Amino acid sequence: MSGFSRHRRSGAAVATFTVFEADLLRSLAAQLIELLRNESATATQDSDPLERLMDFTGPTSAPDDPVLARLFPTAYPEDEEAAGDFRRFTESTLRDGKAGAAASVIDTLEEAGLPSEPEDGVFIDVELDEEAAMLWMRSFTDMRLAIATRLGVEEGDEEYWYSLPDDDPRAQVHDVYDWLAFLQETLVHAVH
Amino acid sequence: MSAVHNEGVSTSPVELEEPEVDEVTKLASPWVTIVWNDPVNLMSYVTFVFQKYFGYPKRKAHKLMLEVHEDGRSVVSTGSREEMERDVQAMHEYGLWATMQKADDK
Repeated sequence: MSGFSRHRRSGAAVATFTVFEADLLRSLAAQLIELLRNESATATQDSDPLERLMDFTGPTSAPDDPVLARLFPTAYPEDEEAAGDFRRFTESTLRDGKAGAAASVIDTLEEAGLPSEPEDGVFIDVELDEEAAMLWMRSFTDMRLAIATRLGVEEGDEEYWYSLPDDDPRAQVHDVYDWLAFLQETLVHAVH
Repeated sequence: MSAVHNEGVSTSPVELEEPEVDEVTKLASPWVTIVWNDPVNLMSYVTFVFQKYFGYPKRKAHKLMLEVHEDGRSVVSTGSREEMERDVQAMHEYGLWATMQKADDK
């Protein structure tokens, strides 16, 4: 396992993944896109029916799914109306941006040679310019927020996760979460 | 900002001018963007985002990140309501947990 480093001549952030690591990243990005598209960004149920039908702009209440609620926090905690307006005007754009960032991770991996069925012994070299690196960083963040919310990660709880038996699926998911943190950390330093 | 705080203990003439400056700041910048601590985002990433998006020098970005980490929250920008809505949206794009409120509500 190696993370990102800065290519001396081009300044690009470069990394080499095993085909299985690259396949895992693709799968996480695909799950994120599915989640973002799943609970569609529609208007709230408690508004006037006519108003609801005429409102194509976006949702006004926080998403039910805790992961989505974390990805799209309430901007005005003390002002429900302002929070609803903010959400209506921003959430769809934010959803598209996050799905787009995840899609660019998939595209880069596949352009770098990731086959649809991973075979042993293949390595995937990726090279990210600054713009691509920003998209990857944002997507790593979204993947980590999603996993952390599902697992119930809290501040300073590392010992708990390391104490779980190796065959506990939560321990395995937490290993993926840590791996993404490592990739994120090395990518930040490669770009910085 | 912390320099003003430190000098607040003394009775230097600087202190006398403070209310005036405060009033001007308040009129020009009635809203703030707050970033809240979360157990997920990496310190290096949060610092990087503050540098990249706000254009803050590394020391300021690092200081704000530490405030978020240690105090649970930090005011990361000040400005008009429209400006703060842009900043909050950008923070959400980066995956940071941000909210906004009137400057005098804090």
